[in-house]
Amino acid sequence: MYVAVKGGERAIENAHRLLAEQRRGDPAVPELTLAQIENQLGLAVDRVMAEGSLYDRELAALAVRQAQGDLVEAVFLLRAFRTTLPRLAASRPVDTAAMRLRRRISAVFKDLPGGQVLGPTYDYTHRLLDFSLAQPTRADTPGPRRGAETAEPGTAAGHSPKVAELLAREGLIEPEVADDDAPVGDLTRDPLCFPAGRDLRLQALARGDEGFLLGLAYSTQRGYGKTHPFAGEIRMGAVAVEIVPEELGFAITVGEITLTECEMINQFKGSATEPAQFTRGYGLCFGQGERKAMAMALVDRALKGAALGEDSGGAPAADQEFVLMHADNVEAQGFVQHLKLPHHVDFQAELGLVRSLRAAASAGTEAEAEP
Amino acid sequence: MDATRQEPPSTRTTERQAWLAELALAPASALEAAWGALADQPGWRHLRQPELGLAMVRGRAGGTGQAFNLGEMTITRTTVELAEGTIGHGHVAGRNPRHAELVALFDALLQQPARQADLVARVIAPLAAARAAAVRTEQAATEATRVTFFTMVRGE
Repeated sequence: MYVAVKGGERAIENAHRLLAEQRRGDPAVPELTLAQIENQLGLAVDRVMAEGSLYDRELAALAVRQAQGDLVEAVFLLRAFRTTLPRLAASRPVDTAAMRLRRRISAVFKDLPGGQVLGPTYDYTHRLLDFSLAQPTRADTPGPRRGAETAEPGTAAGHSPKVAELLAREGLIEPEVADDDAPVGDLTRDPLCFPAGRDLRLQALARGDEGFLLGLAYSTQRGYGKTHPFAGEIRMGAVAVEIVPEELGFAITVGEITLTECEMINQFKGSATEPAQFTRGYGLCFGQGERKAMAMALVDRALKGAALGEDSGGAPAADQEFVLMHADNVEAQGFVQHLKLPHHVDFQAELGLVRSLRAAASAGTEAEAEP
Repeated sequence: MDATRQEPPSTRTTERQAWLAELALAPASALEAAWGALADQPGWRHLRQPELGLAMVRGRAGGTGQAFNLGEMTITRTTVELAEGTIGHGHVAGRNPRHAELVALFDALLQQPARQADLVARVIAPLAAARAAAVRTEQAATEATRVTFFTMVRGE
């Protein structure tokens, strides 16, 4: 138990001053600008927006700078800021089928309508440190692009049909049906109760810690749960966000955001009531976050296991309460780090108890040894 | 998202949706320049001061299924009234109150039949053209990464 303490005011003030100096670093080195962070550390900004659950590139860049690049701390800063703002609207569900694609790949079909475009990816890089990047004076232009490999008139850049929809047309995959009369659960407004619906699970996963979800996703592949996934489709690009303001009564576009989406396609043998068909796991996150979206899709599918009558054998990734209660890194870091706060009184009580137990034990031993 | 995706109550709404989208997606600096270039700037006042807040962005499970809350984004909104009474609304992503204000001002002006055609030609069309050009550049870069995988024949 944490007991309130007083004092330390000057020490805390000086610690904050020291922190500010450390954040600034060597004054001889030019200060980073938010635009530099937004542009050149864009994937850090994306991760902070996804887990901070707030899309605002400039604020996320500020958080990264303020936290000296500690992304979990930056996520915390963004979450704290969002609590200061009123919620003015909820958007209409974004249409990812209409995404303006910057990347679109499928691991299940070689040739598919719209084709495959790699976009800006670390896949196929050699993961060798590029020492030329250590020389900032070198021209930053990577040279002209070579022409496209295929001359096929590109539809990917326009609208490409979703891979899952191709399978759905033949009834080979479970349908995802909208029920827009159902209320949409919001874990920022109501505490999470179990069992949680898919809407709340997806919200929790979308803002969940990437590392935690990645580990859980990996565990499903190693045998803790049976989901047999294929990466049906991964897409990244811009979608328009529409809201319906009361004063207008019709939908208007307020802006565009970048999203990454992953649809996993999983085996399902069928059951007494369901014919054999593929099942689906879904991942969607703010910004460019493919690893996160893939991990989310794997965990989403694992969490659907119970509803599909699968025996997960107690796999952690299939346990709603285990996954959803521990995925949030702001909550997790808060409870882990609260141990740093003064627990003096608590510990004194424990200390007294251990001493008295030892005294009692040694008195007992002496008493036994006496006769 | 194009405005034709839903059933609009009237063409007028569709036009308004189109210009509101173009204004919201344009950089605030472009709107400021267009406002500055107006020969006859009208008098106006705020009906609702610029307000910073959040919009909860929703997605759908599997892209087509149950709606869920993905996360929030910052938005700014304001409402203005021109001296002669037309009301305009501005809703933009981000935290720039002037951007929302300029959207609302142009929204009000564009509702005036006498000015609409001229403003569409001189403000909205160039914004749309600039955005289309940026999209084309982005798509050309994306298109160069289009890939064809060949399956190697195994065994024989």
